[in-house]
Amino acid sequence: MKPLRINGLTKEYRIGFGRRSVMALDHLDLEIEEGEVFGFLGHNGAGKTTTIKLLMGLVYPTSGEAWILDRSIRDVAVKQYIGFLPESPFFYEYLTAEEFLVFYGQLFGIGGLKLAKKIDELLELVSMTDARHRPLRKFSKGMLQRIGIAQALINDPRLVILDEPMSGLDPIGRRDVRDIILRLKHEGKTIFFSSHILPDVEMICDRIGILVKGRLKAVGTVQELAGASSVNSIELVVEDVSESVLAGIRDLAATVMRRGNQILIKLDDEERVNSLLDLILKQKGRVVSLTPHKRSLEDLFLTESGMNRT
Amino acid sequence: MKRIIVIALNTFKENLRDKILYNLVFFALMLIGSSVLLGSLTMGEQAKIMKDLGLASINLFGVLIAIFVGIGLVSKEIEKRTIYTIIAKPIPRYQFLLGRYSGLGLTLFVNTAIMAVGFVLVLLLAGVGLDMGLAKAIGLIFLELLLIVAVAVMLSTFTTPTLSATFTLAIYVIGHLTGDLQALGDRLENPLVSGVLNVLYYALPNLAYFNIKSEAVHGIPIAWSYLLMAVSYGVTYAAFVMVAACMIFQRRDFK
Repeated sequence: MKPLRINGLTKEYRIGFGRRSVMALDHLDLEIEEGEVFGFLGHNGAGKTTTIKLLMGLVYPTSGEAWILDRSIRDVAVKQYIGFLPESPFFYEYLTAEEFLVFYGQLFGIGGLKLAKKIDELLELVSMTDARHRPLRKFSKGMLQRIGIAQALINDPRLVILDEPMSGLDPIGRRDVRDIILRLKHEGKTIFFSSHILPDVEMICDRIGILVKGRLKAVGTVQELAGASSVNSIELVVEDVSESVLAGIRDLAATVMRRGNQILIKLDDEERVNSLLDLILKQKGRVVSLTPHKRSLEDLFLTESGMNRT
Repeated sequence: MKRIIVIALNTFKENLRDKILYNLVFFALMLIGSSVLLGSLTMGEQAKIMKDLGLASINLFGVLIAIFVGIGLVSKEIEKRTIYTIIAKPIPRYQFLLGRYSGLGLTLFVNTAIMAVGFVLVLLLAGVGLDMGLAKAIGLIFLELLLIVAVAVMLSTFTTPTLSATFTLAIYVIGHLTGDLQALGDRLENPLVSGVLNVLYYALPNLAYFNIKSEAVHGIPIAWSYLLMAVSYGVTYAAFVMVAACMIFQRRDFK
């Protein structure tokens, strides 16, 4: 039983008075495995949110079908097993954090002690125990995102669907969300989330899918898609190197720049890293940092669309 | 059913925490209270003026709340996207709509009750006698409010808040004049125009049925059979409107 199976899912919007047709999602086929974290990547307008809205029953498909835990998404009862966080969510701002979670719990038919216990647990998970009695209108964006995640988990879902859970958050907020996703994975839940930020996705996803203009262009592990060959250049910062070593470095590196005591080195070729490091370390030089610059999501997209053309 | 109640109570809570509502109820009570002054200016007619102004205030402020909260009841949820997380829960769309509707119904009931209590207190303080006619009049005002909310909700499932406010207000005004539509249609020579007017007469809610304010003020007895007829008409009409609202709401996409 797959947590999520999508077959030829298509959504065509008709807009304006001319009823011009816009293909928001074009025959999407996708399967998600039990317990995996799946990253759904694409630029704004690529169809990520449309896909998620179709799955949640917010919009209806023009054609195609999808199953969650082997039950059609047309069946309202299937939502019992799903947790959902929409993109930049807005909630009932007149409710306090606790009232908010009670309300959503009751919609699932959970109540009493069981709900109270679940709420304690969730407020703890998203580190919001202190804000329990504060109205949502006084929450920051990061706090809203976290209480939104708590809301999505109130029914102990088997499949968690998050739409751009990290967009608009500061680095700490993004790290918090990442940590929560990893904890959920650890608990055995399946997570499907959309994003346009590659570093976030790379760090936590088992597999990713890339959506370009409503079409799924590639599916695979991060390594497969943005894998070994994806490193474009490597930047090193080193200290305490003698002039003789510097000459050696110049032979290997594309760019060498001096910044006071430190030397910035740029390598175009990954293969040369080891010989360069050998050279520096043997002469008691100190490596301050080593940063591989990977292909950006942008490049990946361009390649994917390019492949399509040939 | 349980989920409808959960939504309804949350809607009620939302209304309670909305300050505009308090202002409106406060103004209504002020107006009802001021009728004492106006009444004392008029010789002999004090009781009638007080009853007239009191019922009119309850009606006016009730309609204001019904229209302005009613149109936002669904469209605000769509606009603010709070509806996304609700639709994602195992609750059918029609239950959400009925819950929102019942919640506002409860708010209107409490508001009308507060205004009615204020009205009765003012009358008692001024030494004006109470009678059943006033209760009947207020009851039908409440029924009219429920019908208006149904229309506002139905319109706001597919149009913008501004448009649905305009339409609801228009339907409210025309609803009090449908008798004139029929009378006009009867006098016109052109069968097409009079046919259209006749269709409008039957399609639009006849809100004049719920207006027994002048009878109540002048102490003209209102038969229970009339009351029963008005209640059945109002409930049936509101039910039809809500069924239409649910059907439209069920089909629409939340883009």
